[in-house]
Amino acid sequence: MASDEPILELRGVAKRFAAGLDALAGIDLDVRPGEFLSLLGPSGCGKSTLLRIVAGLTAPSAGECRLATDRAPGRIGFVFQDPTLMPWSTVTANVLLPFRIARQRGVEIRRKALDAIRAVGLAGFEDAYPHQLSGGMRMRVSIARALVTDPELLLLDEPFAALDEITRLQLNDDLLSLWGRHRPTILFVTHSVFESVYLSTRVAVMSARPGRIVADLAVDLEQPRERSTRMSPAYGAMCERVSAALATAMAA
Amino acid sequence: MTQPWLRVAAPLAVGAAFLALWEAAVWLSGVPVYILPAPSDIAQSLWVDGPSLLGSLLVTLRITLAALAAAAIIGGLIALGFSLSRLVEISFFPYAVILQVTPIVAIAPLIIIWVHTAFLALLTCAWIVAFFPIVSNTTVGLNSADRNLLALFRLYGASPGQVLWHLRVPTALPYFLAGLRISGGLALIGAVVAEFVAGTGGAETGLAYRILEAGYRLAIPRLFAALFLLSATGIVIYLVLDFISRRLLRHWHESATAEDEE
Repeated sequence: MASDEPILELRGVAKRFAAGLDALAGIDLDVRPGEFLSLLGPSGCGKSTLLRIVAGLTAPSAGECRLATDRAPGRIGFVFQDPTLMPWSTVTANVLLPFRIARQRGVEIRRKALDAIRAVGLAGFEDAYPHQLSGGMRMRVSIARALVTDPELLLLDEPFAALDEITRLQLNDDLLSLWGRHRPTILFVTHSVFESVYLSTRVAVMSARPGRIVADLAVDLEQPRERSTRMSPAYGAMCERVSAALATAMAA
Repeated sequence: MTQPWLRVAAPLAVGAAFLALWEAAVWLSGVPVYILPAPSDIAQSLWVDGPSLLGSLLVTLRITLAALAAAAIIGGLIALGFSLSRLVEISFFPYAVILQVTPIVAIAPLIIIWVHTAFLALLTCAWIVAFFPIVSNTTVGLNSADRNLLALFRLYGASPGQVLWHLRVPTALPYFLAGLRISGGLALIGAVVAEFVAGTGGAETGLAYRILEAGYRLAIPRLFAALFLLSATGIVIYLVLDFISRRLLRHWHESATAEDEE
């Protein structure tokens, strides 16, 4: 699949905020369909800003962000660091939000939502309200909402950063199995070396102030990744390479 | 954690002890009834004058509830207008504040001159006192929508109307209801103050006028009985609004969910 036309092309993308802060400078990046690309970097390196530019939520100050897919609602899914659910709505109503905004309803739509809820392991919680769920379960709802429109591009902005280790590892595996089934292209922002290597097919290491991509490493670990992957020498070696790249990035 | 029954029993015990002390003090000191009536005198007056006082209470209550409804509807609409345009908000908000801080007793005579229907004049006075907490709370609420949710709505191509209806309005609901609870008490106060200024409203005399009248006639037990009815009404209004608020928010808002969590 690596020979396909890129689904996302960034050319010289830069972002300068009104305060004069250079968040991003000269970002060149091609992402191919079906890739799982992690953007790894220290906090403040502009990786979240980059994600927002790709989503069309923020305009770049310079450069180009080309998407092979159209920007029609639902083609892009977004998961924030917080679950970002509507507390007044049930799990089902939260997952239905993209359709509700598109004014689509009906049995078929509802079935899609229930499927998405089941896919993230929340069967039985369809009518629960967010405050009745744990942090990890809320994040699952958020992922179900992002997946329900069957997006070509899924953007995740440090979605597991606020979760405990156990929940985080579990959600890593669940995300991988969802990716294995539907193969959306994923852009995953993280500041964890181990997470990025475990999940991705490719890791882009970023440096801070201004944010730029300083290393672009393919992760050639066996698919599908499993718990045992974390114990393999190849995984350890890859983590070391990525850590070294990150250390260089932070020294720069 | 305190026992649930204690939450009712403890304040009742304090009230009963206070009434007993009051009764004893009046009997022991021999204060004349036109200075300070004993609770038993007030209870008797409440029994004797009750029916006619209740009729007056109904008049006051009608003004109060109409003013509260007007405050909720017009206050909500004003807040909606403020949230739609920052320019509208900064242009008009100071005037809402001016209306709020001007003592109602000072402008009530003018309103009573300008508005010829007694009911409407009193309603206007009560409304002026009651609308501000709803406007200011709801405005804050409408502007408090989660920034990431706003981004998500944009990503999915939501229209401004959808953002307003599906995101800003639900976010503002707890703020609006908190404002409504404050306004409930203020509407009653506004209605009473307006009645005080207006004096008799012809055939329809509210509770405030009955208080004045009882004062002139040194019918102090009746004055206290009317006061008691006013306080009780205020408490009931608050409890009803609090109940409505809890029902509406019970599934999701911290203020209403804290107690039924396991």
